[in-house]
Amino acid sequence: MNFDDTPQEAEFRATARAWIGANAPKQYEEELRKSSLGRTVLKNANILEVAKAWQKKKADAGWACLHWPREYGGRGSSPIERVIWSQEEGPFGQLSRMFIIGHGMCGPTMMAFAREEHKRTYLPPLASGEKVWCQLFSEPAGGSDVAGLRTRAEKDGDDWVINGQKIWTSGAHYSDYGILLTRTDPTVPKHKGLTMFFLDMKSPGVEVRPIKQASGASDFNEVYFTNVRIPDHQRLGEVGDGWNVSLTTLMNERSAIGAAVSTGFPELFEYCSSLMLDDGPAIEDRAVRSKLANWAVKASGLKYTSMRAISALSKGERPGPENSIGKLVAGSMIQDVATYALDLQGANGVVSGEDGELAGRFQAMLLRAPGTRVEGGTDEIMRNIIAERVLGLPGDIRVDKDVPFNKIPTKGRN
Amino acid sequence: MNFDFSDDQKQLRDQARKFLAEKCSPKAVRVVLDGKAPYDRELWKGLAEMGFLGVAIPEEFGGAGAGHLELCVIAEEMGRANAPVPFSSTVYLAAEALLIAGSEAQKKKWLPAIASGEAIGTLALFEGKGNPAPKNVNLTAANGLLNGVKKPVADGAIADFAVVAARTGSSGRDSDVSLFLVDLKAGGVEVKSLTNLDPTRGQAEIIFKDAKAEPLGAAGEGWSILTQVLDRAAVLCAFEQVGGSDRALEMGRDYALDRIAFGRQIGSFQAVKHMLADMYVSATLARSNSYYGAWALSTNAAELPEAAAAARISATQAFQHCAKNNIQVHGGMGFTWEFDCHMYYRRANAMALGLGSLTYWEDQLIDRMRKKNAA
Repeated sequence: MNFDDTPQEAEFRATARAWIGANAPKQYEEELRKSSLGRTVLKNANILEVAKAWQKKKADAGWACLHWPREYGGRGSSPIERVIWSQEEGPFGQLSRMFIIGHGMCGPTMMAFAREEHKRTYLPPLASGEKVWCQLFSEPAGGSDVAGLRTRAEKDGDDWVINGQKIWTSGAHYSDYGILLTRTDPTVPKHKGLTMFFLDMKSPGVEVRPIKQASGASDFNEVYFTNVRIPDHQRLGEVGDGWNVSLTTLMNERSAIGAAVSTGFPELFEYCSSLMLDDGPAIEDRAVRSKLANWAVKASGLKYTSMRAISALSKGERPGPENSIGKLVAGSMIQDVATYALDLQGANGVVSGEDGELAGRFQAMLLRAPGTRVEGGTDEIMRNIIAERVLGLPGDIRVDKDVPFNKIPTKGRN
Repeated sequence: MNFDFSDDQKQLRDQARKFLAEKCSPKAVRVVLDGKAPYDRELWKGLAEMGFLGVAIPEEFGGAGAGHLELCVIAEEMGRANAPVPFSSTVYLAAEALLIAGSEAQKKKWLPAIASGEAIGTLALFEGKGNPAPKNVNLTAANGLLNGVKKPVADGAIADFAVVAARTGSSGRDSDVSLFLVDLKAGGVEVKSLTNLDPTRGQAEIIFKDAKAEPLGAAGEGWSILTQVLDRAAVLCAFEQVGGSDRALEMGRDYALDRIAFGRQIGSFQAVKHMLADMYVSATLARSNSYYGAWALSTNAAELPEAAAAARISATQAFQHCAKNNIQVHGGMGFTWEFDCHMYYRRANAMALGLGSLTYWEDQLIDRMRKKNAA
C-alpha cells in the first residue's frame, strides 16, 4: 500500500507539471484557488474568455481531453494519466467547468454514435474549447424521469422537425452545439419512442432563455424549439433507440473519477481556525469541534475513496462502485456546512455579498447548495442507483413501463 | 499509486474469511453470548494455529513477521464474524504495547506466548467513567507494587497478564503516568466479571492489592506509549468495525430481498432501499478512512495520529449506523434474541467505547489537525 507513482506515472506527472508551470495563466491562480461553490469569479477578467484561452492553449500543446483519441483532438492517454493531469492542473481545472458537459458527456456520445466524418469535424474544436456544447435532456415534464420528455421530432423529408421545450440546460447561452433527446413516437411505451440528435444551437427556431435560479444567479437555461429542422445525418443512433444512446451519455456524467467534489470542509476548518466566538476561539469550543470532526471524516472518507478508485485505474482495473457515493455525500454536506458557518456568525450571518463575513463566501455557498443535490441526479436517484446497482435491490415498480406514452396521465390531480 | 491491499494480503483476507466462516458461525458465537463459555477456546487455538495471533509479531518472538497490513485484513474478518475471542485486547493492545515499549526479556516472555495462543493479554487503563486522560489514572505504583482498581478491563477475567497504567508522579503533567506489566496469575489481584453490552467480549473489574509489577518502558513515558498504543489499536479496531458494518449491511440487504410484505420484496420500497444505500455510504467512507489509517500504521507515518482518529470516528459511526439500521430493516424479527442482528448492535456499541468514546476521538482529531496545520 503506497501513494507512489509508477516510474511511468512519475514521468508523465513531471512533464505535465513542467508544461503547466510554464503555461498556466498564473495571474488568476489566487482567485481560482479561493473560489468555492456558488462563487467562481475573476474580478478583472471575463472567466469564459480566460477559460477558452486556456483550453485552446492546452489543445495546441496536446493537453486537451487527454483520454480522447488523437484524431479527435485528444492525447490518447490512459485513465490514470487523465487523473494525474487534473491533480497537476489544480486550481486551473476550475477553468474547465464550462467544458465539462461537452467533454464529459457530448463528446463520448458523439464518439459512440456519430458518423466518422462528423466526429472528425466536430470533436477537435470541442476538445480545444473553440466550440462549446450543451446537453438537452431535462424537460419540465421529465427531470429524474427523463424518459418522460415530450419534445417532439417529426420526420419531414430528409429532415426532422423539432418542437418543444428543454430546461436546466447548463451553458446553453454560450453553447455552439447540443445533443438533443426527443420523442419520435408517442404511441409506444416511453423508453421506446425516443431518438437522439445533435444540432447547431444557432439553428432558426432555437430560443435560449436563462433561468433565474433560487440563488439569484443564472447558470442554466430554458431552451425552446419551434419548427427547428435537423438533417437526418445528425441523428445519433437508431430511430427509437434514444434511451440507450442517452445511457451512454449519463454513464459518462457519473463516472468522472478523481474529480474533486466540493464539500465546503476546508473552507469551514480554515474559518473556524481563526474565528472568535463570544467566549473564546471557535476551534476550542466543544460543540464546534464535534461538528468539525464529523465533517472532517466525511471529507477524508471521500478523498480516500477517490484514491482507491484512482489506484484501480493505475493498475488498469475498472474502479469499483464505491465512487458513486461522492456527489450524494458532498451535496448535502456542503449545504449543512454552509448553514453551520452562518450559525457561527450569529445575526450577522444574514448579511450576504461583499458586506457579509468573508465577502459572503458561506452565504453564496448556502444559496447555491440546493442545486448540487438536484443536478446530475437527485440525492434520491443517487440512492436508488446505489441500492439497485451496487446492492442489487429490486428496481422501483414502474407503473408506466408498458403503457403507450400518450396514455400516461400528465396531471397528479385536477 | 497503489492505495489498496496487495494480492497476497487479499488472499490472506479470503483465507481468514473462509476459516472464520467454518469455525466461527453465529451458532458458535452464541455459546459465548449465552454465557456458556467465557470465550471460544477452540477458535482461539485455531487462530494461533493459522498464525493469525502473531501475524504482526516478528519471527524472533515467535510470530509470522508479516506486518500491520496483514493484521488489518485479519481484523476485518474478525469483525465480520463477530468473533468471541480476546483478539483485540491481546493482539492490538497488549502485544502492541510490548512491541513499542517492552524490554528484550519482556518480549521474549510474552510475545511467543501470545502468538501460540497460550497467553491472553489486555490493557488496564480505565478507572470507572471518563475517557483516556492522565488525570483519570489514580492507581498507584510504589516499590514495584500496584494498588488500585481498574474497570472496565476488556477480557480482564480471562487475561493472563495486563499492561497497567499507573500514577507515578503528581506534577499534573503527562509524565505522571507510567506503564507496568502484571502477571495476573501471580497473586495480589482480584478479578470480578462485569455484565456488559456485549457478552461475546467480557469486561472485568480488577482490584490490585500490592500486586507485583515490572515497569514497561521508561518511568514517566507511560502516557506517550499509551497514546501510540491507542492510535494503533484505533486503526485495527476500525478494521473490525468495517468488517462488522459490511456484515450488518449484507444481512439487511439479504433480508430486504427475501422478505415479502404488501405483496412485494421489502427491498423494493424506497424507504428501505435508501436506508440501505445510506448504510453503504457510511461503510464505504469508513473503509476508505481505515485504509488511510492502515497505510499510516504500516509505514509508521507522521500522519498516523490524525489518520487513526479519523478511522476511529468514521468506523465507529459506520458500525453503529449499519448495526442499528440492520435491525430496523428486519422489523420485529430484528428485535428477537433468536435473530443475529442484536449481536452486531451490541458489538458496535461496545466497540464505540472501548478505546475511549467518540467525544474523546473527535477532540483528538481536531487537536491533531490543528497541530498539522500549525507545522
